[in-house]
Amino acid sequence: METIQGSEPRLPAPDKPYPVTVLGYPAEMIGPTATYAKVSEQVAGIPLKHPNPKFWFIGFTIAFSLFLMLCGAVSYLIYRGVGIWGINIPVAWGFAITNFVWWIGIGHAGTFISAILLLLHQKWRTTINRFTEAMTLFAVMCAGLFPLLHLGRPWVFFWLLPYPDTMSLWPQFRSPLVWDVFAVSTYFLVSLMFWYLGVMPDLATVRDKAKTKWKKIIYGMCCMGWRGSAVHWQRHQTAYLLLGGLATPLVLSVHSVVSFDFSVAQLPGWHSTLFPPYFVAGAIYSGFAMVLNLLIPIRRIYGLQNLITTRTLNNMACVTLATCWMVVYGYIMEAFTAWYSGDPFEKHMMWDRAFGAYGWVFWILMLLNCVIPQLLWSRRVRTHDIALFFVALSANIGMWIERFVIVVQSLHNDFVPSSWAMYIPTKWDWITLFGSIGLFLMLQFLFIRYVPMISISESRELIAQRKEGQL
Amino acid sequence: MIEEKSIGALAPEIPVEYEEPELFGLMAEFEEHDQLLAATRRAYAEGYRRMDAYSPFPVEGLAEALGHEHSAIPLFTLIGGMVGGLGGYFMEWYAMARLYPLNVGGRPHNSWPNFIPIVFELTVLIASVSAFLGVFILNKLPQPHHPVFNVPEFERASIDRFFLCIEADDPKFNVEQTRKFLGDLKAHKVMEVIE
Amino acid sequence: MKTPDPAPRLDLAAIRARLNGARGQQYWRSLDEISETPEFKEMLQREFPNGASEWDDGVSRRSFLKMAAASLALAGLTACTKQPVREILPYVKQPEELVPGEPLFYATSMPLGGYATGVLAKSREGHPIKVDGNPEHPASRGASSIWMQASILDLYDPDRSQAFTHDGEISTWSDFIAELNEIAREQQTQHGAGLRFLTETITSPTLAAQLDALLKKFPQAKLHQFDAISRDNVREGARVAFGELVETQHRFDKAAVILSLESDFLYTHPQRLRYTRDFTDGRRVSGGKQEMNRLYVIESTPSVTGAMADHRLPLGSGEIEKVARRIASRFGIAANSASDTQDPQLESWVSAVVGDLEKNRGKSIIIAGESQPPMVHALCHLLNDKLGNVGNTLFYTEPAEFRPTNQLESLRELVQEMNSGAVQTLFILGGNPVFSAPVDFDFPAALPKVKRSIYLATDFDETAALCTWHIPQAHYLESWGDGKSFDGTVTLQQPLIEPLYGGKTAFEILGILFRQQPIRDDYENVREYWQSQKPGPDFKTQWRRAVHDGFIAGTALPEKKPGLKTEAITAALNSNKSGGAELELVFRPDPSVWDGRFANNGWLQECARPVTKLTWDNAVLVSPALAQRNQLTTDDVVELEFNGRKLRGPVWVQPGQAENTVALQLGYGRSRVGRVGRGVGFNSYLLRDSQSLWRSAGLKITRLNDRQHLVATQTHHNLHSPERQIYREGSLEEFRSDTQFVKKSLDQPANEDTLYNTDEYKYEGYKWGMSIDLTTCIGCNACLLACNAENNIPVVGKEQVNKNREMYWIRIDTYYKGPLDNPEFSHMPVPCMQCEHAPCELVCPVEATVHDHEGLNLQIYNRCVGTRFCSNNCPYKVRRFNFLWYADYKTPSFKPMYNPDVTVRWRGVMEKCTYCIQRISRARITAEKENRLIREGEIQTACQQACPASAIVFGDLNTPGSKVAALKTNPLDYAMLGELNTRPRTTYLAKLRNPNSEIENKPTASS
Repeated sequence: METIQGSEPRLPAPDKPYPVTVLGYPAEMIGPTATYAKVSEQVAGIPLKHPNPKFWFIGFTIAFSLFLMLCGAVSYLIYRGVGIWGINIPVAWGFAITNFVWWIGIGHAGTFISAILLLLHQKWRTTINRFTEAMTLFAVMCAGLFPLLHLGRPWVFFWLLPYPDTMSLWPQFRSPLVWDVFAVSTYFLVSLMFWYLGVMPDLATVRDKAKTKWKKIIYGMCCMGWRGSAVHWQRHQTAYLLLGGLATPLVLSVHSVVSFDFSVAQLPGWHSTLFPPYFVAGAIYSGFAMVLNLLIPIRRIYGLQNLITTRTLNNMACVTLATCWMVVYGYIMEAFTAWYSGDPFEKHMMWDRAFGAYGWVFWILMLLNCVIPQLLWSRRVRTHDIALFFVALSANIGMWIERFVIVVQSLHNDFVPSSWAMYIPTKWDWITLFGSIGLFLMLQFLFIRYVPMISISESRELIAQRKEGQL
Repeated sequence: MIEEKSIGALAPEIPVEYEEPELFGLMAEFEEHDQLLAATRRAYAEGYRRMDAYSPFPVEGLAEALGHEHSAIPLFTLIGGMVGGLGGYFMEWYAMARLYPLNVGGRPHNSWPNFIPIVFELTVLIASVSAFLGVFILNKLPQPHHPVFNVPEFERASIDRFFLCIEADDPKFNVEQTRKFLGDLKAHKVMEVIE
Repeated sequence: MKTPDPAPRLDLAAIRARLNGARGQQYWRSLDEISETPEFKEMLQREFPNGASEWDDGVSRRSFLKMAAASLALAGLTACTKQPVREILPYVKQPEELVPGEPLFYATSMPLGGYATGVLAKSREGHPIKVDGNPEHPASRGASSIWMQASILDLYDPDRSQAFTHDGEISTWSDFIAELNEIAREQQTQHGAGLRFLTETITSPTLAAQLDALLKKFPQAKLHQFDAISRDNVREGARVAFGELVETQHRFDKAAVILSLESDFLYTHPQRLRYTRDFTDGRRVSGGKQEMNRLYVIESTPSVTGAMADHRLPLGSGEIEKVARRIASRFGIAANSASDTQDPQLESWVSAVVGDLEKNRGKSIIIAGESQPPMVHALCHLLNDKLGNVGNTLFYTEPAEFRPTNQLESLRELVQEMNSGAVQTLFILGGNPVFSAPVDFDFPAALPKVKRSIYLATDFDETAALCTWHIPQAHYLESWGDGKSFDGTVTLQQPLIEPLYGGKTAFEILGILFRQQPIRDDYENVREYWQSQKPGPDFKTQWRRAVHDGFIAGTALPEKKPGLKTEAITAALNSNKSGGAELELVFRPDPSVWDGRFANNGWLQECARPVTKLTWDNAVLVSPALAQRNQLTTDDVVELEFNGRKLRGPVWVQPGQAENTVALQLGYGRSRVGRVGRGVGFNSYLLRDSQSLWRSAGLKITRLNDRQHLVATQTHHNLHSPERQIYREGSLEEFRSDTQFVKKSLDQPANEDTLYNTDEYKYEGYKWGMSIDLTTCIGCNACLLACNAENNIPVVGKEQVNKNREMYWIRIDTYYKGPLDNPEFSHMPVPCMQCEHAPCELVCPVEATVHDHEGLNLQIYNRCVGTRFCSNNCPYKVRRFNFLWYADYKTPSFKPMYNPDVTVRWRGVMEKCTYCIQRISRARITAEKENRLIREGEIQTACQQACPASAIVFGDLNTPGSKVAALKTNPLDYAMLGELNTRPRTTYLAKLRNPNSEIENKPTASS
């Protein structure tokens, strides 16, 4: 899209607080008054000076107590067994796998923004990539939790790792679950390295701005004594670009592999070649929604509007809308294939999805995932952060429900009617879900408290480019 | 281990003298990245080789100006990727078809289509890891201390200032001439960097 | 304590011998312990008097733990892994003595409802672990009933009564002997005027002889017999028809047309196993044979037999007599049915049946059920006679019972005498009459009026609580005994293990009562009796032979030709009239807990009842029409009012139920029962009075606004779309016209449709496979329980079953077809299919489920991490998962019950059927030791062995001419969901029905 490119003229718009492009889209990618020093001060100031402590403490307390609930639920789970959940035969996977897929999906936004948009020279990503990468890491951590917990015997999870364990037996490499192990851990490690490469110079900034000795020492160690040498920068940039290039196919592959958990099985509602692209689109969709949900409040609280500009929000909203439509297309194709295949099982599955016992869930999903996000067609919604927040929220919940429908509804009416049954989540299912959200937010809070959440060095580049009139 | 006696014997022979702090190099401070770039080019043309430029964000062409045309990172990555991919497939084939050739769902022992995802993931993983490590190995990081940090002004190198440092062991280095040369580059300030 | 008999002296030689041969518990405290003198056990029991007496009044958790401790001590002492003292004879010749690790089989017999069925009990290291039918026994032919399979659990049930009690206080055997002598002395003087015996139906010759002797010694004493599931109507019917009591022996294998008037001869008839085998033999279409019998069933509530019918007519139990009369009148019997209202549908149905019977004179059977009035039975005798069936498809014999009487009347008389105070001493030998006697007799009120009531039973139940004495009864696997099967064959019962809780037998009690000295135990009593029967030098060999075989060949009752009293019947017909069309209530023995005696058996409680698929509950069965009329839905609690008595229970709407019939199963709502049966269901006996033992009209049903959740293992009985290639059936006509019709109804993929090289695995050695015949499966659950016993499958309880977590490895799916009021039933046993392209294996991340070179789909428990992906990817959903810790590792008495060849699975692992791989490996080992191949038929899976219909066939597909290989070539053979190209090793033979072309539309219950 021409208009998100970084090089179009900016016109003053009387009715809007921000300059716009010829097409009327908000044009600012970084506040007009920003300078190297200001940016450094503003961003590095958050970990060093810790503004708005009240907000932080309240938020952190809530997140932490949710996290404690998770710990409780997990301990009880280990003590009693997965039977404390609502799962049964035929629905042997319930919330755990739903949450896993949902979290992994959310984890996609980060790498998408930092890698793919990097390669596409989308400069507006600059001010949000650090934050979203961190979010990615935390989301993947939450996701990684569930495949472990959902095992009948979690204490032998390491049999899935690729080494000759008991009786020098290796994992069964044909199983999508083993692919998961590789995909998720690769994704986590690559994201981590990518994120660290980015954050290293900024940690140097914090080190140099820090007043106390200990902060200097700690941040000094964290940035490994980075001193901004031109040669270092050169290697750093090459590696960064390469990682971006590697992460691009990776981010597309991860959710494809996760979708194999379903599409490799022959269950109606799972066994579909559509799944990989459809899952990836859904992943980016929910990822962007989650980024919006986190950024919008933080942006206000820490007054970062000049860095995370309305334009950034607008562009993210556009991507969200686009991916939303890919997902909608997925839904349509699923129904069409079911009908067109003429396969009795597929047909029944589709019918049951819409009008069966879980039909109401499906229609809520349609509302949250397909209808409400259409508000993003309106520029006013896209540029109004509160409206945007709620649309994003609906997309987030919608995507969770989508995973629930795929996992549970497909299983509960499978091939042989005699074994059909319902899945009813227990309180432990719910506690684990919200507990994982608590873990996620807790890590998020720790991150914004101690690490510069916006890439300072890249912001400086933006400023430099603006000075040269490239923006 | 050394006995006290020997130390005692050696002790008086150690000359007690105060050592002059050795000069690491001269450093010029600039306010804009293009000034730094220009200055670096000048210095290189002047014949200086052992020097380095420092900036709070990557400045295009700066490394080239210092005479570093290209880095070895891509090679690292390529090798890593190949090792990962081939190694991955070998691992799967060896475990599934050689070590324990089990009949799993009637699939062939070497059921290559099922092996592809892992091959891909491992390619990406090992490639990324080698790129990442490449940065640290080649940059000789972590390196907690470096003479340039002795310059108090240098802390702005990570904020909003740009520095060029010509090191003392450069054959062409001469304190007076080099200071004069740097001064001519309308540097904001020129400082001595102590070892 | 004054006891006439001195303690038996210690036999040191025996003790030494025992110690040498002792296995299991090796430590001993004193010579007394080793010699196991009763005194020593008494001493022990006395250590726990409080715990023991608490046991009587409801079990608090604490008191149970105490008792558990006590019983553990006792179990430890009686050393449950020790062989009985008396010499018993292993079934197989070679190892007379026990080889550790090798199972031994003993022929013995299981009594149920008085009749004995020959069984083979499997013993490992001295403890019985499984019971199966005795292949040579005429009443079993190797087949099992669910009760036979579950009896092993009863043996080890920790809730069995474990102590003698006197007035609720713990007592001892010798105290009881003293009491018996007291009684004997007292009754001697008054010729037993106050002495009464109440027993269940008796067939045991020894017991019979003892009772005869007693009644001779005490001329005024009386014997009463009562079984809650009484066959009075059958007896009375015979009395009407022949003026004497005769038993009818049917030969279903010879019958071409069978008309059952509410007779559940496949499931509740004493001869059920034999009849099932014969009936299904007459139904199986294989090889060249294209004939099969045709079954008409008229019944009020769906039964196992009804579900097998080619034409099933749901009709009020009270209406059936009219139909019987109508049929009779077609054969020129003046059954004055003209007065009845004419229902055209019914008429056409009847005439079709009559036509069919006409066509098959001498090749038909008309049989009436226990629940039908004597008149109907009389008519059956008459019709069978008219059709010339007598001598062909059925014949008459003397009853196998001892002193057959009208049990209801016999009990009525007893209760009257008890109330009048005429009864001073009452011996109740089993049967739990307090729970099961007709409610209007008010037996519980009458019992306390008896000075001395002595109750012999395996459990401390309702009756025990009201009796002055309770004697723990030895389980049939713990004691010697004998009995007769339905056809009269004398069947011997030998113990496999010393009584776990020091139980006694009726022989011992009556023996002492009859002749105080010397005390004879069960073995001596039985052996003595048979010695007296067969005197002579060769008795010893005969005895050995009999005990070895488990029965005495050729003792079946001879055919009898009683004269049919036609005019008597017709006379009775005129006098007799039958019930109207108002709401009727019928009682049925429960398909699992029978009359309530199995209420504490977890396996039986959990196995899905045939047809309804209910578990852990009984229900008020109502027809869809009735439910509609009274706005009832399943789970609604209703109040039944009948003869002023009220009862509440949850409704189960049962398709195929007669419109105006409400059916109740007996045996639930036990008030005094072990932990398993407590609080399960409601007690239907509370509505069952002597007038309405089986059926009565004039029931009132009112809906209360309360609901109680009933738990069924199967809630969808509809296949949704015929395109689902799950169940295949057709009519015999279809089959005759086109034998390939099944194959044509499927679109199976060609096996080449795959990217992979398909013959990478060619199974050249053994290639195990299974074939299940849907035509003959009667859905009796025997396979399910056999699998349960063989594979240590845990019981999970109602709550878990409700969560769809039942663990049975083989399940029986039942599908309905056709109108709601009268659907066709289709049973489908579903074990693991052992797919060659197993979807489960592909997705297992840790190789916990893989194929072996013989095509078994293995499950490696200690490798399983429990991802459950395998189950998700199993289209048949035959995998079971240990969501929680289901296996019982704690209860000490269950430990010896587990099959040592099969792992007891722990929490978090998947499990499933593997064709009884432990049996395969055992056979392989034997074969390899003898350096030969495994022979055809050498391996039987547990389900196959148990199946009374021999619907399950297992074997090697590579052995030329093996039974299973042949069945796979049968045109009816098809693979369930074969379109998925899973290539299952277990395939099905499509169900064939044999409908009568003259009956197109099925009449519904409306009359």
